[in-house]
Amino acid sequence: MSSTTTTPAALPAASARRGARSALLYAVYCEIMKTIRVPMFAVSLFVLPAMLFSLFVLPSVHETQNGVSVGNYTMPSFGIYVVMMAGVFSSGIPIANERGMKWNLLLRATPMKLWTYFTSKVIMSLLIGAFAAAFFFAFARITGGVDLGMTMWLKLLGTLMVAMLPFIALGLLIGYAVGPQAAAGVANLVVLPLSFMSGLFIPYDSLPHFAKQIAPYLPAYHAGQLGWHLIGAGDDTSVAVHLLWIAGYTAIFLVGAIWFYRRDEGKTFG
Amino acid sequence: MHESAQPLPVSLEHASKRYGTITVVDDFSFVAHPGETVALLGPNGAGKTTSISMMLGLKHMSAGQAHIFGHAPISTAARVRTGIMLQESGLPSTLKVREIVELFSRFYPHPISNAEAIEAAMLTEKTERRIADLSGGERQRLYFALAIIGEPDLLFLDEPTVGMDVTARGIFWDRIRQMHARGKTIVLTTHYLEEADALADRIVVMNKGVQVAEGTPAEIKATVMGKVVRFRTPSVNAATLRALPGVDDATLTDHTAELFTRTPEVTVRALLNSPTEVQDLEVTGGTLEDAFVRLTA
Repeated sequence: MSSTTTTPAALPAASARRGARSALLYAVYCEIMKTIRVPMFAVSLFVLPAMLFSLFVLPSVHETQNGVSVGNYTMPSFGIYVVMMAGVFSSGIPIANERGMKWNLLLRATPMKLWTYFTSKVIMSLLIGAFAAAFFFAFARITGGVDLGMTMWLKLLGTLMVAMLPFIALGLLIGYAVGPQAAAGVANLVVLPLSFMSGLFIPYDSLPHFAKQIAPYLPAYHAGQLGWHLIGAGDDTSVAVHLLWIAGYTAIFLVGAIWFYRRDEGKTFG
Repeated sequence: MHESAQPLPVSLEHASKRYGTITVVDDFSFVAHPGETVALLGPNGAGKTTSISMMLGLKHMSAGQAHIFGHAPISTAARVRTGIMLQESGLPSTLKVREIVELFSRFYPHPISNAEAIEAAMLTEKTERRIADLSGGERQRLYFALAIIGEPDLLFLDEPTVGMDVTARGIFWDRIRQMHARGKTIVLTTHYLEEADALADRIVVMNKGVQVAEGTPAEIKATVMGKVVRFRTPSVNAATLRALPGVDDATLTDHTAELFTRTPEVTVRALLNSPTEVQDLEVTGGTLEDAFVRLTA
């Protein structure tokens, strides 16, 4: 937190490198502060998943689903839902807001590197996602007695971080595609149906017929399968195929984000 | 530091900005020399902010070239030497004053201390405040802190005192003069002649996208502070009118004479004492808007 004043004798190249690194770290800190100081965001990331778990999972937590307990089965499902929310909302909506108020314009007038802006947002999203998922796991452990064992909790958390990547990219896409008024609505419109259709709220086998047809083409379905495979409740498709789907969706959303970013640049600087 | 071989802090050559058929800035050239404070003066919509944005590479130019210290405006070499206060930019409302100043300090290789920047912006009492809780004037001063944190050689201040009361404006002017005294090159836009006069070594007047006047504050004031003495007269020539005391210029069209003068009392007295026949006498002008219109005509 101390000032980064350097002596004039410092080598310019060395001090520039030092400056770039510490700028990224502090930008991540600022991104986290910006995110956690918005009360609505904390509610949707921490309170809402815990509430849904209490209402719909707790009553049947010890029943069996796909060969494992319902409690265990819902850890990947809800975990994906939490990191999906974190990914789409923490990067997308602030970007739409910051474009709306031209904060990005002021940043572009500074020597800040463009990658610092994006990298800080992605790192913040991952950290917030990990923290929100860990909070949810702790809640399930305490209220429902769900226990995967420490090794498995950590493996699941790691899996969630990988599974989160397409949703961070989707957040960037929404942030550049729509304005500040519409961003939250569009994000909800994407996350909620996607969670439902992918079997995160209702197990895949219990989904309506049309949802079963669509699910295997959705990113959240493959994200969920990565988690279910980990706890021994996965489908017949190999983990490598699910990973490929995740990588593909990440790439597609990133290309879309870049396209909308360029369109926005044209408007801002045109 | 500033040898003559050194590239100009700001140079804008034949810049134009068009949106479709609308021309916002038309063939505008501008330079700022090392250590100079230049004011870009003009009414709202004159093209001042667009011109500054082109100097900074924040707007694409339809034609022309811009350089900051001889570099492309958006290059890091230019950015690290430039501090900018933009009229139309927001700040993340949930961050604290201390946090955003620290963030900006990390963008620059040799920043001044946060305390120094915050003090220069008169925000020492508000260091722990969130940006959302700042008044318009305080926010404006925070932009100033962010503009100077990187110890830039060149400062761009776009309408810097908008939202400030008279007292705050006076103090803020002192801070800008301090920057000038420390050898910084300053380009500021304003629609207050008073502000340009108080701060600038040189004033460039813009209206409707073109430069309409340029000079020292004294010269510009003389040009824009004048009045127009208008009257109908059947028989007189322009040369006679120009010879009247205090008259800078005179025109005569369809028996209507217009005298431009900075001392209307002297001119009118002389006019009425002269043999010239005078009907429908009126004295108008004096506002900056009138002056811009006359300079553009």
